[in-house]
Amino acid sequence: MASDKDTPSLLGGKLSVINVGLDKFATELADHDVPVVHLDWKPPAGGDPALAALLSKMGA
Amino acid sequence: MDIIEKANEEAIRRMLGAEPVLIDVMPAGDIVPNLEDKMILHAGPPIEWDRMCGPMQGAIAGITVFEGWANDLDQAVTMAASGEIRFDANHHHDAVGPMTGMTTISQPMLVVENRTTGNKSYCAINEGLGKVMRFGGNDAEVLNRLAWIRDVLGPAMGKALRDMGGVELKPLIARGLSMGDEMHQRNVACSGLVLRAIAAAMAKTSDDSIALSEALAFISANDQFHLNIAMAMGKAIMDPVRNIEGSSIVTAMSRNGTDFGIRVSGTGDEWFTAPVEMPEGLYFVGYSEADANPDMGDSTIVETIGLGGFAMGASPAVAGFVGAGAASEAANYTHRMSEICASENPEWTIPSMDYLGVPTGIDVRLVVDSGIAPTINTGIAHREPGIGQVGAGVVRAPMACFEQAVRRLAEKLGIS
Repeated sequence: MASDKDTPSLLGGKLSVINVGLDKFATELADHDVPVVHLDWKPPAGGDPALAALLSKMGA
Repeated sequence: MDIIEKANEEAIRRMLGAEPVLIDVMPAGDIVPNLEDKMILHAGPPIEWDRMCGPMQGAIAGITVFEGWANDLDQAVTMAASGEIRFDANHHHDAVGPMTGMTTISQPMLVVENRTTGNKSYCAINEGLGKVMRFGGNDAEVLNRLAWIRDVLGPAMGKALRDMGGVELKPLIARGLSMGDEMHQRNVACSGLVLRAIAAAMAKTSDDSIALSEALAFISANDQFHLNIAMAMGKAIMDPVRNIEGSSIVTAMSRNGTDFGIRVSGTGDEWFTAPVEMPEGLYFVGYSEADANPDMGDSTIVETIGLGGFAMGASPAVAGFVGAGAASEAANYTHRMSEICASENPEWTIPSMDYLGVPTGIDVRLVVDSGIAPTINTGIAHREPGIGQVGAGVVRAPMACFEQAVRRLAEKLGIS
């Protein structure tokens, strides 16, 4: 957990970002010349817990 | 789960062990099982007249006139709407058809035999681009071309193929992949290879040099001539994969312009359907998205065997043609499709991807778990009947089909 003391140095330095999930955040950063790697990820089964549980039992 | 893994191993073994050979061209009425007079087979899962899209209804009107069942298009529409014409899905008759996918008794059908299992599959001959019946075209130009295919081209190809003993398709596809085809929206290499394979036999068996010249010129001028051969091949490969208990491998993907449907090995011949999506792509000059019909055709059997959008990496040129991005992005499509497939094909490789085998055996579990829908390269038809192709693009199979299939397979296996 970052403390208030840590925060200024994070935002004050040069950022390198790994973005997970929604690509909008990555494209926004890229538009501002921030180095960013986007990981295209979605919750299993589209976030449907029952379907995800079924898939787990089916070996997915 | 062990039963699913073992069933899928068997499904992949059958897919990779297939030996498809183009052996003949014959009238549909002589060879397509249970095809009868005043019966029209169409693309996609089953659908009734009232729910059909414009191009599908246009093609049905046209083929009804072509077969001589109606004197004109108006009478044909009346007959179709009244139930006088019977409809069924190509897939229910060992057949496939591109876009509207019209199959009727007098049409010459490409015959592909899977020599490993002995089953045969059928597809009509590709008519070329522009105003054609598969895109809903139905005027005199369209019907006259179909009559020439029936009376001249089909018989000439049939004689040649019988004389030469057929064309083995597995090596032809392997070579086509190395020449930049993905066999759905780019078939220029394979069409040329087919022409090279059969031209000599067509000349040998022809007794009419003018007809021969016209037939060879027609094949030469059609970059998509091979698509229909690839489709019949896909059906011949996938039909023996049906009905393996427990298997989660997709055996067919297809769309009728209204619904998208899939079949899965372990759930038999049941269709899982959802509303079909609109392709995203590039339009010919003068047309736009407002003119486009929703996705249509049995041609997704090509993706089902690992080609088309799954083999995009082999065909950087097609990525631009279908509006899928830069040529350098083509490989990403293939990598993504690998994530939803159980295996890869060691005989169909992509040289520019370090000879990676095309992704093979779409597993519905992997599709739903990852949220990655199969990518399909497709032609785009005008939404009004009679106009034809207006563009090409990429469309994704609806996730709902795969979710339904997962639930049904679980039910059959007693998993809850």
